[in-house]
Amino acid sequence: MKNRMSLLVCGGTGCIASQSNEMIDLLRTKLAELNMSDEITVIKTGCFGFCGQGPIIKVQPDNVFYVKVKLEDIEEIVNEHIVKGRTVDRLLFEDPKEKERVKEHKEMDFYKKQYRIALRNCGFINPEDISEYIAVRGYEALATILQENTPNEVIDIMKQSKLRGRGGGGFPTGLKWELTAKQPKGQKYIICNADEGDPGAFMDRSILEGDPHSVLEAMAVGGYATGASIGLVYIRAEYPLAIHRLETAIKQAREFGFLGKDIFGSGFDFDIEIRLGAGAFVCGEETALINSIEGLRGEPNKKPPFPSEKGYKDRPTSVNNVETFANIPPIILNGPEWFSSIGTENSKGTKVFALAGKINNIGLVEVPMGTTLREIIYDIGGGIIDGKDFKAVQTGGPSGGVITKEHIDTPIDYESLKSIGSMMGSGGMIVLDEDDDMVEISKFYLDFTQDESCGKCTPCRIGTKRMYEILDKLTSMEGDPEDLEILEDLAVNIKHSSLCGLGQSAPNPVLSTLDFFREEYEAYAYRTKKQFYKIIPDKCIGCTKCSRVCPVDCITGKVKEVHIIDEDACIACGACFDACRFEAIEKP
Amino acid sequence: MVNIKINGMELKVPKGTTVLEASKKVGVHIPTLCHLELHDFGVVNKVASCRVCVVEVEGRNTLAPSCAEVVYEGMEIRTDSLKALSARRNNLELLLSNHPFECLTCTKNLDCELQGLAEELNIREIHAKGEKMCYPLDFSSNAIVKDPNKCVMCRRCETMCNEVQTVGVLSAINRGFDVVVAPAFNLDMIDTSCTYCGQCVAVCPTAALTERNDIQKVWRALSNPRRHTVVQVAPAVRVAIGEMFGMEPGTISTGKLVTALKRLGFDAVFDTNFGADLTIMEEARELVHRLEHGGTLPMLTSCCPAWVKFFEHQFPEMLDIPSSCKSPQTMLGAIAKSYYAEKMDLTKRRVRVVSIMPCVAKKAESARPELSKEENLHVDYVLSTREFGHMIKEAGIDFAALEENEFDSIMGESTGAGAIFGTTGGVIEAATRTAYELVTGETLERIDFDQLRGLEGIREATVKIGDIDLKIGIAHGLGNARKLLEDIKSGKQFFHAIEIMACPGGCIGGGGQPYHHGDETVIKKRQAAIYEIDKNSPRRKSHENQMILKLYEDYLGEPYGKKAHELLHTCYTPGEKI
Repeated sequence: MKNRMSLLVCGGTGCIASQSNEMIDLLRTKLAELNMSDEITVIKTGCFGFCGQGPIIKVQPDNVFYVKVKLEDIEEIVNEHIVKGRTVDRLLFEDPKEKERVKEHKEMDFYKKQYRIALRNCGFINPEDISEYIAVRGYEALATILQENTPNEVIDIMKQSKLRGRGGGGFPTGLKWELTAKQPKGQKYIICNADEGDPGAFMDRSILEGDPHSVLEAMAVGGYATGASIGLVYIRAEYPLAIHRLETAIKQAREFGFLGKDIFGSGFDFDIEIRLGAGAFVCGEETALINSIEGLRGEPNKKPPFPSEKGYKDRPTSVNNVETFANIPPIILNGPEWFSSIGTENSKGTKVFALAGKINNIGLVEVPMGTTLREIIYDIGGGIIDGKDFKAVQTGGPSGGVITKEHIDTPIDYESLKSIGSMMGSGGMIVLDEDDDMVEISKFYLDFTQDESCGKCTPCRIGTKRMYEILDKLTSMEGDPEDLEILEDLAVNIKHSSLCGLGQSAPNPVLSTLDFFREEYEAYAYRTKKQFYKIIPDKCIGCTKCSRVCPVDCITGKVKEVHIIDEDACIACGACFDACRFEAIEKP
Repeated sequence: MVNIKINGMELKVPKGTTVLEASKKVGVHIPTLCHLELHDFGVVNKVASCRVCVVEVEGRNTLAPSCAEVVYEGMEIRTDSLKALSARRNNLELLLSNHPFECLTCTKNLDCELQGLAEELNIREIHAKGEKMCYPLDFSSNAIVKDPNKCVMCRRCETMCNEVQTVGVLSAINRGFDVVVAPAFNLDMIDTSCTYCGQCVAVCPTAALTERNDIQKVWRALSNPRRHTVVQVAPAVRVAIGEMFGMEPGTISTGKLVTALKRLGFDAVFDTNFGADLTIMEEARELVHRLEHGGTLPMLTSCCPAWVKFFEHQFPEMLDIPSSCKSPQTMLGAIAKSYYAEKMDLTKRRVRVVSIMPCVAKKAESARPELSKEENLHVDYVLSTREFGHMIKEAGIDFAALEENEFDSIMGESTGAGAIFGTTGGVIEAATRTAYELVTGETLERIDFDQLRGLEGIREATVKIGDIDLKIGIAHGLGNARKLLEDIKSGKQFFHAIEIMACPGGCIGGGGQPYHHGDETVIKKRQAAIYEIDKNSPRRKSHENQMILKLYEDYLGEPYGKKAHELLHTCYTPGEKI
């Protein structure tokens, strides 16, 4: 019987964690019971991007987008929607502004302003079925260039498109390929950097989980352009689903002859292997990545020599990021002019951001370069949770900085973000509201970098540790004004003299917040920051001991009832904390 | 040639020059810490990790490490800008902020590169103080003490251990602030395949890696009237000890050294060169025996204890090819506790043998159970050249002003052949001199075998002895030894005899010698002095050593005979690679 309906169930890691796999099994069982297995297909897709609303099930061709589906909702979806054709309204997305249910994803603010190139297939095709990728013009780009273009022409296409590396550095991809291609003949390599390490960033994972073939195809294109016959995907072992899908995709591509010997009868040989990383942040740095693949300690080397001259096994190697690769097949199919027509003067195309923090719509968004932060936060992101005030947005993760209200209308691209003290990074975007403490935020990032430092060079190994210690001292109200000077000196020195990009950018979160929110640091340094203790209601038994010892009588409450501390009156002396025998008082 | 500018001064330098090298040419000194280069010995550590040598390069935001940064046409460098200077100070302060301030009681006090830098950069205050590393010290081995808390992550030891020696014990472990150089899984040194060659100690800029201090044990033995304490001095010590007292490297201090030892109170002062001559008597005979009786070839020398440990762990399947001869120090120890003790009417338990060695591995060697007789070690205590220097200082002896004296008889005579044991190529040259006369029965006229000398890592030569074209191989540095051994294993190369010394240059570059601090000319001058001693010796062939001949006549009987085997030969135990 003809297929009349498809159920696209999100198979991204987040949704799987919320039982989407079980939902798929249950859907299939129910459909089999109803004898509808032939007419209705259940497809496990990659990430839809709207992760805050997961698990997501999309019904085609009805174009109904169910969100936050639970296992117990499956029966209702089958009985109501599939059998009777009635939409289950309570599972539709509710617009946070209009408070109305929205049926189609295209009508959602979250999707309206997005422009999906890298994520084009995520959530729409079954990533474990190569024929679905082929159906959306998959491997056509590879076939085209192998038949119509010389490697140099492919490099020219890339240069004309002005695509820049999406891993954070923003180095022109065409130029990188050219540098590798120019090296004397012999074994060359092309590496896909899938060592996504920024806290909160998951765009590369989503692409690999949702559209692995686009990356493989682009690697083959890159192999042809640079003269590499072997591609390696360096991916962290913490991404088991992405690894599984890559393995499946590689196997299928080999079966179809898209990888291996004499691809499309062109005489071009190219194959791809996977290399697993143990999940060290620094291994995202290309020289550290290569060391790790070689089985050495994952730490960076001095550049030059660059990998394009001396990379994996000392051979010319081009290292490109997952998202960069995902952009390449559409560039070839639609032409470089199409791609370079999108974006700003120096940053072309789109960028995927992982939108998170105090924002209504959490998830992966892909927007054209030049989109303003305001559009991302208020239009796509649906504004700040609980209508609070926007304070800043952190971009670039541990290597980036904050962007404040003042710059909220800056069109985003590589240069503009750098000029306001942040950076594109791999695309983490964490929205902060009025309640967020900037010193604590910096401390969080420094804690991350000092732990993730490979320890090779002095400024990063000891310097980031010292920075963290000062921030910790400050937030424990044990700091002094001189600490701010030391902190700044350290930050500047680490930036100037660290060996690799990780170290050089590690002080950015501090430098940028010092720049925009110095008064918050000073409040800690001069110890003028308002501090107060809190009572944990679940633990307080109402023994009254704390209220009896409080020297300023700011604790009230009846016997055997939960007590309350008046935050304004509290002088943070800690007497209550010491007196409480039930661990019911929380330190500031 | 490349045109560059350093601090405004224009100069031309060859392509491939580093900023550090170029700066030297215009009298600009840039402080360094992790950088180490012993060019002629194939030792290069350019990890650019300490960031103490950073300089500013025009047009670049970040600073460049001058040790590893190669110049390019039109490059403009500032070594003295505030940005570069403050970065250097800041990075040094950071290193110091994580360093135990034990300088006054530290082994490396006044010999420490970190301390020297702190003085040079005029550090008076550590601004960013904080937590310090707190690792337990590793006293597990008999030779090397590891204090990770003094490690500055220069990685020199790692380069020596992995790239030069290919032993692969030391490498960086952990991450972030906790990074330190240590064996895998932070194992104790004793549980690894460490050879105790001590090259890590020789290059460590601080006291993170030092030799075990045995000075107190020797003082106690010397002050115990029930003990008869004798001492022996290795060939390479006499050309290096002077450095401890400000003398030129390569100064020959044999006579002064004997006087100093006598003043320290040793009951007899013997020469390890005697032990070396004795080794040749046995080893040359063993080689001839193997040649004549179809024994296993090649025969490898076995004087170097780090080398012995290396092949036990790395080539356990080839334990039949090294010579069964004990090393000169243990041969002498064995004779001291038998022949000498009997002659002096002493029980062997009363005799204590102390060795002064250029070596760290000799400490571990002396503790090997098979190098003993009836549970009495041949050698009781081993001091490095450095420890010996410290003893002389402690005792208030003005070394430079000492008169010269001769070694004591019975085991004091030595030939030039024994002297050259201190350098790469020396042992095999000494053996060839004796083997030649043994095989041909003719007198060797041309005593110098120039083809066996030099400093290349691996050398090959053919020496005609009678009807035999004796193929000889020489390697110094364990990495070179590995290459040679692998070639033999795969059948790619054939040799009759091979000499191997673990340290670059042989014992003159040993792990127990006064620190060269990266100056390779020090090692070369010591080598020249060794050949000088040989040249000026009245006897230059081991089998002409009169005391040796008397020893065989009185006590041992035939060289390579039954008694000699009992006292002077040993066996090897296969080890594991960890």
